[in-house]
Amino acid sequence: MQDAVTTIAIADAGESRGAERWRLVARNIFPFAVVGSIWEIVAWAGIFPHRLFPPLEEVAVSFVNLTISGILPHHAIETILRLLGGFALAAIFGTTIGVLMGRSRRAEDILLPLVSIGAPIPGLAYAPLFLLWFGLGNFSSVLLVGFVSAFPIIFNSWTGVKAVKEIWVRSAQSMGADDKRLFRYVILPGALPYILTGLRLGLAQAWRILVAVEMLAAVPWGLGWLIFGARKFLNTDAMLAGIAVIAIIGIVLEKYVFQKIENYTVVRWGMVKS
Amino acid sequence: MQPIAIRDVSLNYDTPGGKVQGVANVSIDIDASEFVCIVGPSGCGKSTLLNIIAGFLSPASGQISIGGKPVTGRGMDRGVVFQDFAQLFPWRTALGNVSFGLEMKGVANPERDKIAREQLRLVKLEKFTDSFPHHLSGGMQQRVAIARALAYNPSVLLMDEPFAALDAMTRDDMQRLLADVWRETRKTVIYVTHNVAEAVYLADRVVVMSAHPGTVKAIIKIDLPRPRDPLSVEFLDCQKELMGHLGHNTNGAALNGHGA
Repeated sequence: MQDAVTTIAIADAGESRGAERWRLVARNIFPFAVVGSIWEIVAWAGIFPHRLFPPLEEVAVSFVNLTISGILPHHAIETILRLLGGFALAAIFGTTIGVLMGRSRRAEDILLPLVSIGAPIPGLAYAPLFLLWFGLGNFSSVLLVGFVSAFPIIFNSWTGVKAVKEIWVRSAQSMGADDKRLFRYVILPGALPYILTGLRLGLAQAWRILVAVEMLAAVPWGLGWLIFGARKFLNTDAMLAGIAVIAIIGIVLEKYVFQKIENYTVVRWGMVKS
Repeated sequence: MQPIAIRDVSLNYDTPGGKVQGVANVSIDIDASEFVCIVGPSGCGKSTLLNIIAGFLSPASGQISIGGKPVTGRGMDRGVVFQDFAQLFPWRTALGNVSFGLEMKGVANPERDKIAREQLRLVKLEKFTDSFPHHLSGGMQQRVAIARALAYNPSVLLMDEPFAALDAMTRDDMQRLLADVWRETRKTVIYVTHNVAEAVYLADRVVVMSAHPGTVKAIIKIDLPRPRDPLSVEFLDCQKELMGHLGHNTNGAALNGHGA
């Protein structure tokens, strides 16, 4: 009798867990379903010319065709390489500068005014300068992406170092940590939640500037170029396919890179709620 | 285990209204392996004094020496436990936290691990070596903090109201545990508290401080046999005497075990 009750309880729990998962999936899909339906209604109502506002199934078809022909993957790979190149520069220099500013009063006094002035200027405003200085092509676009996306990384690393709890520093010092080891074993892990936030914002910034600059820098391949180029030929479906790829790459980076790193570090340590 | 000599220590605070004397001419002699509690009202400078002994603040005048050696800053001859649970490093497990001082000291790994585990066993947390601090209760976190401060084997343990933020029942357990740990390790302990019952339970001697400026008002010897019974008449008498020195009305209502 006791056993039967337990079995039923377990079966119940299993079922409700399954139902729970379905509810989660439904909740995630719901907003997309709403927007998609509105899109379809607008597309089929003929408010815009058909070419300029294709229904989603046509976008999907051209997405598949462009993927099979290898055009879309080629664009995507070039863009991803530029993105990673620029972002890597920003991550390395941004965290270094930000942490330095947080640690050294003098570095803060010198760099903070410069960073504060540079940060609010839209990234695209720097683009003509970079193109004139470093020429058209990959080099200047990667450099520009690195430069512009370094700002949020600098700010957040700087804040993160300043926000490291005084009591951690005191504890470590009372246990004999010198400056070097204090930095490595306390300041860096203590600032990590902020540094990760900075990297995330930096990556978003990198996307924004990269897609725009790919059109300006006269590169032959790239999602930005695809999207702007498609406008000339009224290829709205190709534009939308390009936008979809950007969204997919963004989600993949967020879910499989940032969330993984966070779950392994700051979430596991209880410094950030999941 | 080293004796501590505190001689004429004074410290001033810079405030917008000018200099305020935080601690004035404090002199205390503490024997090796003695357990001394410092009690006093808020703002009497008891935590400041502890921070001076720890080397976080330097006194305006006066001198502190531990085992005959003058204190000039922080040092590994002292272990410090704070009130704040957040003192543990959240990115290290209990074992990692306890190992920290040993790592700084350069103790290599099989040995380091062994000592750290031993310390965790001492505070009865051997089952939680791999837990991160945020999975531990407040009392457990404070126990890790005690183990951490003891692990690199300082001769002096400095404690700043380590149990003040715990609930009353956990606090009683922790006091018993600390008394056991002290009996086993024989460290010289300076323990700041505002809880009179806690001071009587733990201390060999209690230093009573008064505020504005922070001075030593009285030093009282607690001559009760250990382990102490907080409900015994002698215990309550000691508490009453201590409260008298703190300026409390000892008749009736004030007898709640709190001196602040």
